[in-house]
Amino acid sequence: MDAEQCRCMDEEFKELDDYIGQFRDKKTALIKVLYEAQRIFGYLSEKTMLFVADRLDVPAAKIFGVVSFYSYFTTTPKGRHQIKCCMGTACFVRGAEKIISAFEEKLKIKRGETTTGLEYSLDSLRCVGACGLAPVVVVNEQVYGKLEAPDVDTILANNKG
Amino acid sequence: MRKIADFKALEKHAAELKPRLALRLPGADLSSGKREILICGGTGCQSSRSLELLEKLQKEIRAAGLASTAQARITGCFGFCEKGPIVKVFPDDVFYVEVGLEDAMELVENHLKNNVVAERLLYRDPQDDKPIMSHHEMPFYKKQMRVALGNCGLINPEEIEDCIAADGYLALASCLEKRTPAEVVGEVKISGLRGRGGGGFPTGIKWEVAAAQPGPVKYVVCNADEGDPGAFMDRSILEGDPHSVIEGMAIAAYAVGANQGFVYIRAEYPLAIRRLQLAVDQARAAGLIGRRILGSRFSFDLELKYGAGAFVCGEETALLRSIEGGRGEPTSKPPFPAQSGLWGKPTIINNVETLANVPQILRRGGDWFASFGSEKSKGTKVFALAGKINNVGLVEVPMGIALREIIYDIGGGIKNGKQFKAVQTGGPSGGCIPAADLDVKIDYDNLVAMGSMMGSGGMIVMDEDNCMVDIAKFYLDFTMEESCGKCTPCRIGNKRIHEILTAITEGRGTMEDLDKLENLAAVIKDTALCGLGQTAPNPVLSTLKYFRDEYVAHVVEKRCPAGVCTNLLDFFITDKCIGCGLCKRGCPVSCISGEKKEMHVIDKTKCIKCGTCISKCPTKAIIRK
Repeated sequence: MDAEQCRCMDEEFKELDDYIGQFRDKKTALIKVLYEAQRIFGYLSEKTMLFVADRLDVPAAKIFGVVSFYSYFTTTPKGRHQIKCCMGTACFVRGAEKIISAFEEKLKIKRGETTTGLEYSLDSLRCVGACGLAPVVVVNEQVYGKLEAPDVDTILANNKG
Repeated sequence: MRKIADFKALEKHAAELKPRLALRLPGADLSSGKREILICGGTGCQSSRSLELLEKLQKEIRAAGLASTAQARITGCFGFCEKGPIVKVFPDDVFYVEVGLEDAMELVENHLKNNVVAERLLYRDPQDDKPIMSHHEMPFYKKQMRVALGNCGLINPEEIEDCIAADGYLALASCLEKRTPAEVVGEVKISGLRGRGGGGFPTGIKWEVAAAQPGPVKYVVCNADEGDPGAFMDRSILEGDPHSVIEGMAIAAYAVGANQGFVYIRAEYPLAIRRLQLAVDQARAAGLIGRRILGSRFSFDLELKYGAGAFVCGEETALLRSIEGGRGEPTSKPPFPAQSGLWGKPTIINNVETLANVPQILRRGGDWFASFGSEKSKGTKVFALAGKINNVGLVEVPMGIALREIIYDIGGGIKNGKQFKAVQTGGPSGGCIPAADLDVKIDYDNLVAMGSMMGSGGMIVMDEDNCMVDIAKFYLDFTMEESCGKCTPCRIGNKRIHEILTAITEGRGTMEDLDKLENLAAVIKDTALCGLGQTAPNPVLSTLKYFRDEYVAHVVEKRCPAGVCTNLLDFFITDKCIGCGLCKRGCPVSCISGEKKEMHVIDKTKCIKCGTCISKCPTKAIIRK
């Protein structure tokens, strides 16, 4: 790790530390703190989790337990374009499986995986509540609705690099 | 907004703010020349770029020199999500659907400037293709009755002044001024309100139990962890009228003697989180929550806690553990949360829609609420219609309405003229209801009698192209993934069910498997620790009950009648084939042969059933069955 990267890491940890500082009741703040940590770092590395354990005075085992319990938290880095295919019932009955399979085929990764170079990651997700537009795909914050398999190409073309 | 001193000041304030809504209410003055355009700012319409449309409309209004007489603003969900973005023009009460960015200019030019309705953008009656001006005339709205969603589509959810103009917080204020906590509980009991999140437990009784607990510290929790896939009413209420939930929570807190509340909300709902937090901040600034509310001796404040993507946290004991900052694993009941909940203190947990009904009940009376609905299920219920139905969206109807009315009259029937097969209610805990039961009146008890449940009110419509075994497998896949793993029946039993269903859909099932499914399901229902496990087998049991012939077709004939289960399908090229060769070139395993301009053939031994040939064929000559 070069010096510049190192400084940037320090700044990120300082940001997290400041966030933790605002809680009076630290033990119940765990999930909110993990949220913020994931927002800052993009994922929860072992180093981050140990840092949180230390600052909240909670056993590291509890942190790992909580992180592994909730699907929102990830311990591996995600792609710059996070493709999330809704697999809620409304999307499922309108052919969501075909859409996610099309992504798997195009990106040559399975759901839950990330492409080499961290360009794309592909995940399924349970209902974003935009059932009127089913089947739905969310890329970062952008929602794409009423999709058919060929639309996958357009979505990938719109989200490159 | 400045702090409001007391009940009288709030009443005065509400009266002063009334003109804000003057154009939007029935009987508005059409002659003033003023206009308001409300654009749906819910997640559904925002996904179809309604916020950009808002900016565009505002720009066009300024460009047309109409800024002094016309204003465009956002509002909550109108419910007709299928046809979004929705735009409504007041006071003439014109309802536009699927308004694109490119339509903004026409709308401003025609409607606002020249007073000519932009007919092209009106909803058309699917029966006779005639355009319909007002939403009151639309079949989708005619049978609806909006209570919990009353302010959605009327007020701007980001401005507390709009909410106060619509009599927001008056119910809370009058409770603090005129009623004892016991009287508030009594009124809710009279209303017959039952929990809208799933089980349907009577709200008044829950409050009474919590109120009777000794001790100074109690909590009120709003369950906004709307996890049922295909249900989005709670999200719409939080996005469209967040103050109704805050007010409901404050009333509940007053009734049971709590001073602190938590809203446990899904992280997947960023817009709802943002609007609710904004509303909490505004209410606090106005003195409507916080210390000594409206000059009374009652204090109540609330905090948002985020769910992190665990379905089981919708179960109340799991939810409490999650708020406490741990893994959301359920605990056995009793003790019930109303006796011993958050940090061991008495806690009432109510769902978003339940709480949104509370201010209305206190304002208009328990008798009023109990005057509609069925005998044991009072009031209205919001349903989320989705799946293979023409009008996807949110509908609020009196309890006791027939399923057929919801699906055909309001929902406009099945998409693309297909045949109705089943409607799934109650999410992963519910069941599938077949066509024969379409005339059953919907309420908590009737749905349970049919092997399903109310759940949060999701209704997924399925047509002839959906395979019911595949659907059951889909739900088990969901509950298996979401099982927290604490108790064995749920962790292992549901996995076994899923394995058997997978075997059946792949043509490896036996008739004994069907009995095994029934036995296993019964054991899990009896022995699982929490509601998730106990109800997880419902989708299997109800499909086995009503669609046993489909299971038998998979097992005995190795055939999927709906043509979904790929392993059981064979691909054929029919005589519609023109011999173009597109399928041959597209086939990844080169199993198609044939001369140019002659009929092609698929080698079934090599075919991997990927479906590429079907998508390539220009004449739809390839079928699977």
